[in-house]
Amino acid sequence: MNYELPMINSNNETPQMDLTNNISKDTDVKIWFKAARVEAFPENGGACVRYKDLQIAVFNFTRRNEWYACQNMCPHKMQMVLSRGMIGSHQGEPKIACPFHKRTFSLKTGECLNTDECAITVYPVRIENGYVHIGLTA
Amino acid sequence: MSRVIVVGNGMVGYKFCEKLRSRSKEHEIIVYGEEPRPAYDRVHLSSYFSGSTAEDLLMAPVSWYVENNVELFTSELVIEVNRENKTVKTHTGKVDHYDYLVLATGSSAFVPTVEGVERHGVFVYRTIEDLNQIIDYGKKVKKAAVLGGGLLGLEAAKALLDLGLETHVIEFAPRLMPRQIDDTGSAVLAHKLSQLGITIHLNKNTKKIAGNGKLEGLEFTDGSSLAIEMLVISAGIRPRDELAKANSLKVNPRGGVMVDDHLRTSDESIFAIGEVAVHNNMVYGLVAPGYEMADIVARQIIGEPSKLFTGFDMSTKLKLIGVDVASFGDPFGEITPSIPIAFQDKRNGVYKRINISEDGKHLLGGILIGDASQYNIFHQMVVNKMPLPAQPESLIIGSPGKNEPEGAGVKSLPDTAQICSCENITKGDLVSQITEHGATTVDDLKKKTKACTGCGGCTPMVNDILKITLESLGHKVKKTLCEHFEYSRQELYDIIKVKGIKSYDVLLNSVGRGDGCEICKPAVASLLSSIWNELIAEQDTIQDTNDRYLANIQRGGTYSVVPRIAGGEITPGKLMAIGRIAQKYGLYTKITGGQRIDMFGARVDQLPEIWEELIAEGFESGHAYGKALRTIKSCVGSTWCRYGVQDSVSFAIFIEDRYKGLRAPHKLKGAVSGCIRECAEAQSKDFGIIATEKGWNLYVGGNGGARPQHAKLLVNDVDTETCVKLIDRFLMFYIKTADPLTRTATWLNKLEGGLDYLRDVIVNDSLGIGEELEMEMKELIANYHCEWKKVVENPELRERYKHFINDDEPDTTLAFVEMRDQKIPIDWHKK
Repeated sequence: MNYELPMINSNNETPQMDLTNNISKDTDVKIWFKAARVEAFPENGGACVRYKDLQIAVFNFTRRNEWYACQNMCPHKMQMVLSRGMIGSHQGEPKIACPFHKRTFSLKTGECLNTDECAITVYPVRIENGYVHIGLTA
Repeated sequence: MSRVIVVGNGMVGYKFCEKLRSRSKEHEIIVYGEEPRPAYDRVHLSSYFSGSTAEDLLMAPVSWYVENNVELFTSELVIEVNRENKTVKTHTGKVDHYDYLVLATGSSAFVPTVEGVERHGVFVYRTIEDLNQIIDYGKKVKKAAVLGGGLLGLEAAKALLDLGLETHVIEFAPRLMPRQIDDTGSAVLAHKLSQLGITIHLNKNTKKIAGNGKLEGLEFTDGSSLAIEMLVISAGIRPRDELAKANSLKVNPRGGVMVDDHLRTSDESIFAIGEVAVHNNMVYGLVAPGYEMADIVARQIIGEPSKLFTGFDMSTKLKLIGVDVASFGDPFGEITPSIPIAFQDKRNGVYKRINISEDGKHLLGGILIGDASQYNIFHQMVVNKMPLPAQPESLIIGSPGKNEPEGAGVKSLPDTAQICSCENITKGDLVSQITEHGATTVDDLKKKTKACTGCGGCTPMVNDILKITLESLGHKVKKTLCEHFEYSRQELYDIIKVKGIKSYDVLLNSVGRGDGCEICKPAVASLLSSIWNELIAEQDTIQDTNDRYLANIQRGGTYSVVPRIAGGEITPGKLMAIGRIAQKYGLYTKITGGQRIDMFGARVDQLPEIWEELIAEGFESGHAYGKALRTIKSCVGSTWCRYGVQDSVSFAIFIEDRYKGLRAPHKLKGAVSGCIRECAEAQSKDFGIIATEKGWNLYVGGNGGARPQHAKLLVNDVDTETCVKLIDRFLMFYIKTADPLTRTATWLNKLEGGLDYLRDVIVNDSLGIGEELEMEMKELIANYHCEWKKVVENPELRERYKHFINDDEPDTTLAFVEMRDQKIPIDWHKK
């Protein structure tokens, strides 16, 4: 639990956030966050990465040789679990299924594929020198 | 190896030692602390007034420092740093050499220059010594005040209240906690505090602390006054930067040691962390950013490439005098243009404000008072920049929760029957989607009606309705698993067995397409273990989350743990072991319907530790997480019961041990009753055994749930050996032929020829497969292993049990509340 003492200096410098879209394109990326080594992630599955207070679910599609990342929270019941879900494809589109109630989301667009649940944020992923990097806009 | 001196043994200084030591055994760590005791938890200082001892508040006992080879000098103040020679000098004259110096000197209370501030009865609220003085003086007086209505001021007010004093709070600003909450929030909080007996004075500028030697009252600039006998000043903090100043390190003109993104001061070998550091013009008065700083510096000292400190989110949640107070993101909506939505309920002392972006798409920040249960959700919505629902006000107004159904046989249901109670969808709604609007898949039905999208409990019924309706329209329905496999479960069973396939990937490569999905992966995982019974943890990512982590996921994302208690029989010693372990890990315990004990609220990283202890006490996995044999319930039977005709407990334990770990298309439950009174409710199980004078009656195909169904009598008065043989055959036949996620009752309902046909196959062996079924069962039984024992003994498998892959901390968003002396997770989001 956070606990705040009165401060003598309160320039509240919360970083500005890009509010226009839930998908960040490579060109919008301000930080490539070096998350962990490739081998740390399970094959054909996901794991959760922490960046400050942000929880990011990262998925290793070994069969496709592709990587995807999205918010770890499922918007349905606001649970921090998407990284524990099963990955798969829906007519070729890579997707993640929430372990709680099996809502599925496209990992390309963040859109919910089986209900009208709101979309999730997805992040670009790069592999460099054996490390997984996640592109963040702020 | 290098020598690291830490100046200051507060919460952040201690955390630094912990972080550095966990990463390096070699570095010498020497700590000089000015206070007489080791680091203690300043966050919970006020609990010192309600019974906690100084010992309770310690971050770690003195022995920790010894065990971890951290040399701690208390009551020793560093007064000088010689940067050229890299030495420090303490007030006792001792000189010590460092390679790296970490300043964690924290802050002291800021005391404003008000006339009379030196009087007896004026205190600050900062250290345990301060508290001792307040407690001593508090015994002699009746009326006291706190100067400062910020967070710490209100904590101090709580302390005075606990001392039984008439308590006042004086705040200069027009509201309480001016940095965290707005005027309305302050009004709600003040109202609540006044009910607790604290008098709040806002807009008061103290001119003079009046008295003659000792304190008698306060005089304010507006001419008013307040008679009190004791004053606690809590008007802010001052970084303890005197050491830095004296050694010409760069300091901020308003106090604090300037650091860069590496937390380095203007001297390469000197770092500053916690409240003494000024980063980018900010002093962080929270422990969380302090801990983050400690981690960053520890990593740099051991030469590990580290992230940078780039500022910290100031969202915060706490319980203040029993009142929840939280602020997150941009609480005042001043950073970017925003629109506030607020809900205020003074009667219950609740205030909720959310600031949404002008386009209505995102949550920017807000304030929660009185009920901060949604803090984690909202905070995450802000940091994830999650899209808002169309009616964002629903987030703070909400609607009551709904119940969840379960499914079985639907042919006989009327069109008005409610199938999905979450979305209130009737059978007629679904049928008309199929017959009139062309729905041909479950996905079509989900999209068009929202059925199955709430709790998902109606999915099997929706599947059945789809199938029956399509058949009635003359469609030929091939029972394929999903878009990735053009085969039914039974066909895949044969393919796997004949081709000797042992992994999902090989199966997908040879007879499937695409990348698989959440339907075929667990179905194939279940088939693989029903055929080979190999360790499922080897293919963890094709398992449903319960099987992946070998525990049952519950609300909030923690897991529950169920050790096997065969037949419901347990020794007092083992009962105490469960009690001890549950207490140690703070788990919620409840007796299950299957005569065992469920322990809830375990974090994913705790599961291997908990199981290591359970296994040491002689327990093994209960497979409550799997589509597998769960329990064999029993009544006490002929050993004790005056009516019992057979020893039902011994038989139940034998049966449970025989089939433990057996994976099936769905969960399996059994029971053994010791006489016709049927106290074990065997007729509501997948297979039930009832004792007779001559032997056993065997019933099959029953279940409870939303559509309860009694099991049917397969044979009567058979001896024990025959009874076991027939159960072997029955279970194996079911495992080989049932569709995924189909209980025995539903399977039997759909089986052509029904019970008579089943009896022919199982009892009369009409297909000549009886012996084969028995052999297959024998192999599965021979391959039994306790999955948890395997995991606990295998460091590589254990490593998978953590929330973050790049950080050893557990999930910080987990939150619990208390109910009837146990913890439960905070309620989740309702729509």
